[in-house]
Amino acid sequence: MLKHRVFAAVTLLEVALLVVLVLHCNARRQRESASVIPANRHLARQLELTDLAIWTEARYTRHPSQADRFAPFQDLPSSLEHFPAGSVVPPPERAPEPGRGSR
Amino acid sequence: MQRFKILEYALSSLGRRKGKHLSIIAVYAFTISVLASILLLSHALREEASAILADAPHVVVQRISAGRHDLISTDIIDPVRQIPGVGEVRPRYWGYYFDGITGANYTVLGIDDRRTVELELLEGALPEAPGECAVGGGVSELREAGIGDELVLVDSRGVGVIFEVVGAFRSESNLLTNDLVVMSNADVIEFFDLPQNRATDLSVEVFNPKEVQTVAAKIKVLYPDTRPITRSEIIRTYDAVFHWRSGMVLMVFFSALIAFCILAWDKATGISAEERREIGILKAIGWSTSDVLELKFWEGAAISVTSFLLGLIAAFVHVFLLDAPALAAVVKGWSVLFPQFRLTPSLNLYQIFVMGFLTVVPYVASTVIPSWTAAITDPEEVMRA
Repeated sequence: MLKHRVFAAVTLLEVALLVVLVLHCNARRQRESASVIPANRHLARQLELTDLAIWTEARYTRHPSQADRFAPFQDLPSSLEHFPAGSVVPPPERAPEPGRGSR
Repeated sequence: MQRFKILEYALSSLGRRKGKHLSIIAVYAFTISVLASILLLSHALREEASAILADAPHVVVQRISAGRHDLISTDIIDPVRQIPGVGEVRPRYWGYYFDGITGANYTVLGIDDRRTVELELLEGALPEAPGECAVGGGVSELREAGIGDELVLVDSRGVGVIFEVVGAFRSESNLLTNDLVVMSNADVIEFFDLPQNRATDLSVEVFNPKEVQTVAAKIKVLYPDTRPITRSEIIRTYDAVFHWRSGMVLMVFFSALIAFCILAWDKATGISAEERREIGILKAIGWSTSDVLELKFWEGAAISVTSFLLGLIAAFVHVFLLDAPALAAVVKGWSVLFPQFRLTPSLNLYQIFVMGFLTVVPYVASTVIPSWTAAITDPEEVMRA
């Protein structure tokens, strides 16, 4: 009757490790939500920033929210996508006409 | 008590084919960790984007000419300001700069030097006089330009312009400022040689957030060649970009899911002759069909639960403690300037439960079902087969 005890102990150890990781992440989240995120929000408000500086290889990947509606194909119709980041950004959903409410 | 004995037997049975089952656990846990890493990373990025951009401009008004973004006339600022509910309307001057020395693209952003702004994430100060600039972490590192150093950029006339770096953004703001070169509006106009009375776009403040869509519609009616982009559209863009259904994320996600399906399918399509013989012997010595099924259930559950927990732990460590180095390489693409960012952990328990349900249950089922077909067959026939 030893093996099932070892199995239970290993499973409990894994669960405990997972709980510790979740608690650690939650503590970090609370800490950063109180300091880093408000500071970044303030920065975005003051500098009037609209996008994250993740992909800098093309206009439509640097500012996805400000890009032309046909952005990935702006060089010529049906042209192939140049940049790997374009694979991460899906084709835009049809934007609502202003004043008609959100999707 | 009998249940524990069956569990004990199940674990002994797994132990007899240690190599095979350990390799299944390794592959299963790896698949779970890939799936969970993608879900954790995309969820954290989405949450981070909506939290940071929650104070982005209410409405950004672009001019569209021949289907493309064009410079907008600053003459429309006053008429837009007259729209009821509209507060400040400010021209934004910004553009892109390709740095031939490093092969990187920078975003050159103008600010109104008459406004006094205190920024917690900025060391030094924002530019206040002509010829001054503040730089993001990526630009600072790439050009080795800290506070007090000079940054030489070539303007649109082909003339090198020397800027004095008076501020450097801290690394905590890399997700927003990594490629930024901030200078005064006058310097941006001069640098890009923008025509008089033209700005890149306009930032419109709306007093009541509920009126944003109405104001955007009025601007569109007044100036049909413009494209108002509201704050909610900006946030929705990032929601779509980092959604698990988006391109690359979906591709990696499905690759891992298909790998798991192959693993489960391999189990479900049949059991080995050795396993069939074992079931036959158990039946012959008096085990009932339900006992055999319980045995197989425990075998499947032991492998599944262990692998699922190991995979989740690996995903947590990979995404939130090591900052997702394996996936960052996928997300990075061709960017020369890619921010080193630390994501704020964000959990979606619903996603974790769904993933657990979609992986643990099918695997246990694929272990039990083929054994059931063997368990209901005559033991002699099973042992002779």
